[in-house]
Amino acid sequence: THTHSHPHTHTLTHTRSHTDIISTVEFNYSGELLATGDKGGRVVIFQHEQESKNRPHLRGEYNVYSTFQSHEPEFDYLKSLEIEEKINKIRWLPQQNAAHFLLSTNDKTIKLWKISERDKRAEGYNLKDEDGRLRDPFRITSLRVPVLMPMDLMVEASPRRIFANAHTYHINSISVNSDHETYLSADDLRINLWHLEITDRSFNIVDIKPANMEELTEVITAAECHPHQCNVFVYSSSKGTIRLCDMRAAALCDRHSKFFEEPEDPSSRSFFSEIISSISDVKFSHSGRYMMTRDYLSVKVWDLNMENRPVETYQVHEYLRSKLCSLYENDCIFDKFECCWNGGDSAIMTGSYNNFFRMFDRNTRRDITLEASRESSKPRATLKPRKVSTGGKRKKDEISVDSLDFNKKILHTAWHPKDNVIAVAATNNLYIFQDKIN
Amino acid sequence: MSGDSEDTQTAEETSEIQDTVISPEKAEEAKLKARYPNLGNKPGGSDLLRKRLQKGQKYFDSGDYNMAKAKIKNKQLPTAAPEKTEITGDHIPTPQDLPQRKPSLVASKLAG
Repeated sequence: THTHSHPHTHTLTHTRSHTDIISTVEFNYSGELLATGDKGGRVVIFQHEQESKNRPHLRGEYNVYSTFQSHEPEFDYLKSLEIEEKINKIRWLPQQNAAHFLLSTNDKTIKLWKISERDKRAEGYNLKDEDGRLRDPFRITSLRVPVLMPMDLMVEASPRRIFANAHTYHINSISVNSDHETYLSADDLRINLWHLEITDRSFNIVDIKPANMEELTEVITAAECHPHQCNVFVYSSSKGTIRLCDMRAAALCDRHSKFFEEPEDPSSRSFFSEIISSISDVKFSHSGRYMMTRDYLSVKVWDLNMENRPVETYQVHEYLRSKLCSLYENDCIFDKFECCWNGGDSAIMTGSYNNFFRMFDRNTRRDITLEASRESSKPRATLKPRKVSTGGKRKKDEISVDSLDFNKKILHTAWHPKDNVIAVAATNNLYIFQDKIN
Repeated sequence: MSGDSEDTQTAEETSEIQDTVISPEKAEEAKLKARYPNLGNKPGGSDLLRKRLQKGQKYFDSGDYNMAKAKIKNKQLPTAAPEKTEITGDHIPTPQDLPQRKPSLVASKLAG
């Protein structure tokens, strides 16, 4: 019933297996490159190939462009703290020259990586021969000018800056500012502002650590810079609130400029209320007028001009509300799902369990559930919409709530900044789906 | 009288049923509290958050480890085959047998 008229009909183009669980996915500003980070500290970058002449009805595929080890596991002996190499976030810098730059971070250290291409090499050196061995200077009788010769494309990744030792707690977010000079990094209790050129110093702009840790009631869960206003950023909390801060107002932004919270019906409060209200991701719309938050069961769109409630709420998997007890016992209730906008801000996407992910069209209010798995999708085939049955009677193609695999979580998804191409990370597999061009 | 107590029971049952019908969330809460009666009432409180902040903490005392190694050298033989699961008393874990601590919250939930 959905397949023909539904706006989102996707063709599977590509999957790749990481040896490790994928922990972050991010398109660059043009959408030409797609970066993934994994639990083993590796970054894999995919590049969009040009459309093939043989199959003009399909966009090109994404193929591996570069792979490098970004972070290694560390042990802080002073604090007896094991520091995972898992890449929590990758954020691209806007492209300014031929090279590409990205920031990658684990729990403690942020690194700026330069990814550059080399497709020429110099030949005909005077002092060394082609093997690199030094020539006997007495044998050199004439000078020659080295010539640049084409070579097989080599993509090199080199760390250009290491921003370390600024976070006592675990980094959950990094966000590049619209000024292209600074970026922020957020941990559970603090947010720091960095200059991309300066590694030995960062400014603390938010500090919510209480004097007495026994009084701790909420932590920072995500933070993001406004896409156009370089003085504005937001951060979300484990209590379901979002604070918008203006860096022009004060050096330390402990006092928010705006405070976003949806009022709660006190009679419906339960043991789980606060836990499921915890915001796992916050993302500004491309327009900068709205922001979207993801909590355990829903996605909410907020108008920055209205603090007292969201303008739109989308249920991701409401059927899990009657499973909260077991989801608490198996820790799934603490899973941190991300969310993303499409380029035009007309649609949003987020993941769920059983390798399902959900897309919502903000204009038509239609939504769809799709599955990212080898079994349910063949290359070049159209994805079939999925449905979870909640009532007693289960229809033929539906899956019951109790059959859902809670180990197959889609926490990380990304949407191409311009086209209808999406990247979905399902544990250690990356799926790239695109719209069929008719 | 028996008539009165029956009425009271019926009233309680009715409100329980109403709660279940109105809120699946509250029904789940009742289930959880039945399984873990010692569970504290404030779940989002500092216990849960502090557990989250302590992720990655390893409890390995290098001083104890080195002293135990020295003791074993003198004794030549350990008195009993050390159990890998027992990390108390004279058995000092080596870095290899320290279990990978998953930041699960089960222990603190039961402790309440």
